[in-house]
Amino acid sequence: MAASCSGHSAMLHKCVRFKSLCNVHLCSGVFIRRIWTSRSKCQLQPKLQSKSSPQMVGVVALEIHAQIQATSKLFSSSRVGFSAPPNSHVSFFDASLPGTLPVLNRRCVEAAVMTGLALNCKINTKSLFDRKHYFYSDLPAGYQITQQRLPIAVSGSLSYSYLGGKKRSEVMMKSVRVRQIQLEQDSGKSLHDDQRSRTLIDLNRAGVGLMEVVMEPDMCCGEEAAAAVRELQLILQTLGTCQGNMAEGQLRVDANVSVHHPGEPLGIRTEVKNINSARFVARAIDYEIQRQFEVLESGGTVLNETRSFDSKTGTTVPMRDKEGLQDYRFMPEPNLPPLFVYEGVASVPDGIDPAQAVVIDRLKAQLPELPGVKRTRLMEEYGILPEHSFTLVNENGLMEFFERVVQKTKTEPRKLIGWVIKELIGNLNLQNLKVTQSPVSPEALAQLLNLLESGFISSSAAKVVFQEMWKAPEKGVEQLVKELDLELISDREELVKICQRVLEAHPDLVQVIRGGNKKVLNKLMGSVQKESKGRADPVQLRKILEEMTS
Amino acid sequence: MAFRNTAHERNIATYTLRCLNRATPPRPSHPRCVLAEPPTYGASHWGRRAPWCRWMSTSQSGFISKVPQHPTWEPVAERQLPPPTKVSLDLVDKLERLALVDFGSQEGVECLENAIRFADQLHVVDTEGVEPMDSVLEDRALYLREDTVMEGNCAEELLRLSRITEEEYFVAPPGNIPLPKREERSAMLKHSEL
Repeated sequence: MAASCSGHSAMLHKCVRFKSLCNVHLCSGVFIRRIWTSRSKCQLQPKLQSKSSPQMVGVVALEIHAQIQATSKLFSSSRVGFSAPPNSHVSFFDASLPGTLPVLNRRCVEAAVMTGLALNCKINTKSLFDRKHYFYSDLPAGYQITQQRLPIAVSGSLSYSYLGGKKRSEVMMKSVRVRQIQLEQDSGKSLHDDQRSRTLIDLNRAGVGLMEVVMEPDMCCGEEAAAAVRELQLILQTLGTCQGNMAEGQLRVDANVSVHHPGEPLGIRTEVKNINSARFVARAIDYEIQRQFEVLESGGTVLNETRSFDSKTGTTVPMRDKEGLQDYRFMPEPNLPPLFVYEGVASVPDGIDPAQAVVIDRLKAQLPELPGVKRTRLMEEYGILPEHSFTLVNENGLMEFFERVVQKTKTEPRKLIGWVIKELIGNLNLQNLKVTQSPVSPEALAQLLNLLESGFISSSAAKVVFQEMWKAPEKGVEQLVKELDLELISDREELVKICQRVLEAHPDLVQVIRGGNKKVLNKLMGSVQKESKGRADPVQLRKILEEMTS
Repeated sequence: MAFRNTAHERNIATYTLRCLNRATPPRPSHPRCVLAEPPTYGASHWGRRAPWCRWMSTSQSGFISKVPQHPTWEPVAERQLPPPTKVSLDLVDKLERLALVDFGSQEGVECLENAIRFADQLHVVDTEGVEPMDSVLEDRALYLREDTVMEGNCAEELLRLSRITEEEYFVAPPGNIPLPKREERSAMLKHSEL
């Protein structure tokens, strides 16, 4: 597959729209995770101040398309799969051949209901499908089946938080209203070959189930929007309703951006598209807010237009206008009667098998612990800092790793969090591994920490052992400690001997200490640790040195 | 419940295949927008079996169709209808732009007007006190299928239907090209490669 894939891209080196098709696996997920720790640009947002008017602010709403994690498509039973040979996952319905009809996938309905529940939505027990018409060659039917009039879930909210404040360690709690979640079909993919002036069409994605999550204009800057996207991404991944990989297009963000003076009606908005990584969400939005400030400041007006984010330049540019005013000619989808879901098994009418029906109560019972709840629990249960709870929850599998270490050791969770967040993550990142691929198991780390806790090794020695565990995970912790000769020197006589050697080598320092400068003792301690390969217990060592220099 | 049976028994793939394998696809004779007779292949979502079975079997074959067994009609007099809709060239232009189709000629416009006239007969139906419906079957539950893969892997077959392909891709004109003005259009279409 890889070979044929690169072949296509070579042929289409001028393709615009989806040119990174083949490279995305490499970079996926790397920046997405970092959103909490990276400095975002919110505080860089310009403070536009003119003498006559108060400060203007940005207003941001989001439309997020999430590909439903399912085996088959929304209305056809062809496979959902990324980077398959072109047009291999296409049924006659997906290709819109005459006489084919939509048959709704129950899994997609359940995914939308679960997502709706997780976002505190009201689930519409009756929802409707509509056709939205527009002409594009990757939409063979000439219309998309969506839910315009009566979507499956409405009136929800998404709570999100991010680290803000001066030191960026303060947890800022925010909430955005979710207007609706609608089920709809994805389109195919177009590869534009500018040189030969034509478009290549791959319909593998055509008909894949999407949940469009529409959020109200409750955000004010890129950082907030990025945090909301990140939180939604985590929720979807926790639910398993969407894999949420932005680089693979499983989660696509469109931002509606405008600026106004607080208290006044909203300004004219632009829609920013092509934001294909979480990192760019903040950047694209902040750029657009800034641009609108500048347009207005120079006496211009903001046009209601669609703009495309260019990640190379970090700017947004107007997209070629699609034939002026869009008229989607919405109409009820005649081939699909209303979709009914039921509150409880009891409300499933006769003649419908309750096992086949979508029952809200049943799905509610299956909801897993959501990220927000997880963070609170981690902070309360283990007494860790909020920012640490973010890292634990944001990194897939890290929380489970942490909790297993906690279970297996006597070390306080607050003390061992650094090992998990700094040492473990540092090493994983260096080798580009996921938490689940870590060669060091939680049990092994716990064992190491127990040795440290019981005073068998020093903390600097523990760090050395940890690195060795990384290189030779098959060896036991105790074996490594022994091989490396790192256990603390418990024999006082041996320690005194080493101290003696060090003191003899530094008579000048001894003089200084005896002269009253006790700080120099630290220098001696360092030398002893060097000599003993970090095997001296600091407390004991200090005592001995003090005695010997007094 | 009828719908559950429906989808179990229905097999779109087989059905479409039949269409594909026909030597000449059935097309209504020339003017496309004149309402043709009920299409023999018109798929019904609701029939218990695929529709061609219905046409092949006798009406007494035992299953209950949701389509009336016998057509009935009464002629509607011209004076019962609202005034005929005239389609302006501007509207035609707009429709052509929205759907990127070419009506072609005055003849095409007349076709469209005739189609609207045909639909005008619906104005005669008394709908007083009836809630608007999208479908006569909207009180029925929508059938939901299991999330399993049953179709696909037919790229070759599908690509055969396309005039131009490149490797395993369909080939289309570049992007959405704005339609040229009416006057320029025929000239452009003549020189188009696609």
